[in-house]
Amino acid sequence: MMSKKIKWTEWVQQTVFVGPGLIAFILIVLAPFVMGFYYTFTEWNGMDLGNAKWTGMKNIIKIFTDDERFWHAFWFTTKFTVAAVVVTNVMAFLLSLLLTRNLKSRNFLRTVFFLPNVIGGLLLGYIWYFIFVRGFRAIGEATNIGFFNLQWLGTPNTAFWGIVIVFVWQTAGYMMIIYIAAMISVPKDLIEAAKIDGAGAWQLLRSVTVPLIMPAITICLFLTTSNSFKMFDLNLSLTAGGPGNATESIALNVYREGLVNNRYGLGTAKAMIFFFGVALITVTQVWITKKKEVEA
Amino acid sequence: MENRQRYTPLILLLELIGVAVALIFLTPFYFLIVNSFKELKYILLNAASLPEKLGLDNFKRAWVAIDFPTVFLNSFLITSISVLLLVIVSSMMAYRLVRRPTTFNKLLLTVLIAAMIIPFQSVMLPLMRITSLFELRGHLYGIVICYMGFGISLSMFLYHGFIKSVPLEVEEAAVMDGCSPYGVFWRIVFPLLKPITVTVIILNVLWIWNDYLLPVLVINDNLTTIPLAVQKFFGQYLRKWDLAMAALTLSTIPIIIFFLFLQKHIIEGITAGSVKG
Repeated sequence: MMSKKIKWTEWVQQTVFVGPGLIAFILIVLAPFVMGFYYTFTEWNGMDLGNAKWTGMKNIIKIFTDDERFWHAFWFTTKFTVAAVVVTNVMAFLLSLLLTRNLKSRNFLRTVFFLPNVIGGLLLGYIWYFIFVRGFRAIGEATNIGFFNLQWLGTPNTAFWGIVIVFVWQTAGYMMIIYIAAMISVPKDLIEAAKIDGAGAWQLLRSVTVPLIMPAITICLFLTTSNSFKMFDLNLSLTAGGPGNATESIALNVYREGLVNNRYGLGTAKAMIFFFGVALITVTQVWITKKKEVEA
Repeated sequence: MENRQRYTPLILLLELIGVAVALIFLTPFYFLIVNSFKELKYILLNAASLPEKLGLDNFKRAWVAIDFPTVFLNSFLITSISVLLLVIVSSMMAYRLVRRPTTFNKLLLTVLIAAMIIPFQSVMLPLMRITSLFELRGHLYGIVICYMGFGISLSMFLYHGFIKSVPLEVEEAAVMDGCSPYGVFWRIVFPLLKPITVTVIILNVLWIWNDYLLPVLVINDNLTTIPLAVQKFFGQYLRKWDLAMAALTLSTIPIIIFFLFLQKHIIEGITAGSVKG
């Protein structure tokens, strides 16, 4: 009798504590994700959401044999991810080295470098659109430096680097904060000991600091990889995939297939390939950097 | 790393480099602000110059054009209600998962963490089916439920890491005194979670306030948020730079104020939130 009552109250507690979150999660994330596997093999459109027609491998075959634009987007996103991850982390790392020195303006600088991060990608993209189109021209006219006179958003190559610049500007400050926290927690006696042993600044960095902040490097590489591979807002507002489709990311391509072309089935199939791409890339990256972590 | 150095010429040089880089970082804001005061012809003439006069004319027109008070209120309502509910729901869930690690709860924890890797675009289209089936579209509660679903993984994960380090003894004493499990959580445990609650609030505010795609999919014109209003505005008046710059300035002000006031917490919160990863 007693144990029955305990079981009942346990059950009620489980429901009260876990239930609401679980329901929201299942409804909004899990169910759509699982449904995605089914819709991948259907012809389905936004006008008639209740009716999906099973078409087997048709969408998959179409994507793999007859969708250059998607593979272009895939290739663009991969290149972008590599460039954005490398530049952002190098920049963030250098800034954090700088801001762990005894600078008077340290707090002010930290605020400035972090500031772009609080503004959303969509607004940032519009702000930079103006800068690339009008602002750079004004600087170019005043200084005659060729860099500013380029048609930044007008050619595939410069548009690519344009997005990289804005991405780095937006995310470097965030990563910098993580690197700073890690660098501050490197034990001082270890650094002193290395100095007494005659380690120079470069050796100190390479053999003491970097190995000890490896967990922070793992996190920053993970965050930048997954954010750049999933880039959407910035892409939409800064270049809208242009010129032509030269800078269209996978996320934007999936969005357009579904909500602009109204081919939900095909869009879902692409979205699933996108998911496997993201999973593969981020898991591999974390696996590689985790192996390099050491205990302090 | 080295706090007690003397102020050497090298440090001075580093300081100057730092300030120079900071000025480069700030130039986009310079362009944004000066051009939101200028008349269109002056923007076209020279976008880098300072404004001739500091009139608020552009701001007045932009205020009306994007209906700033309404969209601000919509953004505010959606963000604050979603974040409040996320805090309640995710802290309760995390508490239960830490204190009752049953097979089901352990599995649930794994699934929630694994789900963080799923990109939004991968669930977006089937989600349209769900939101129309359950009539979540076009309502405040609909988008709030969506944010709870997408936000629960990270928030729960952050609380989970924190609650593991909360000692059990305090709770046991309260149970002896006849406190109900809900009382134990809300009166004793939850106040101890304050540092991580701040982190959860900040990360979710920055995300939801700036989010663009989810609102596009699940709300109608009656709930237009700031990013949506700006996007729509740009679609209509692409070359009206004077209005556009004023609208962008207006739209970035609230989140910048939020940041400047809570800077210290935000930076600490980001650090705490990332180390758990």
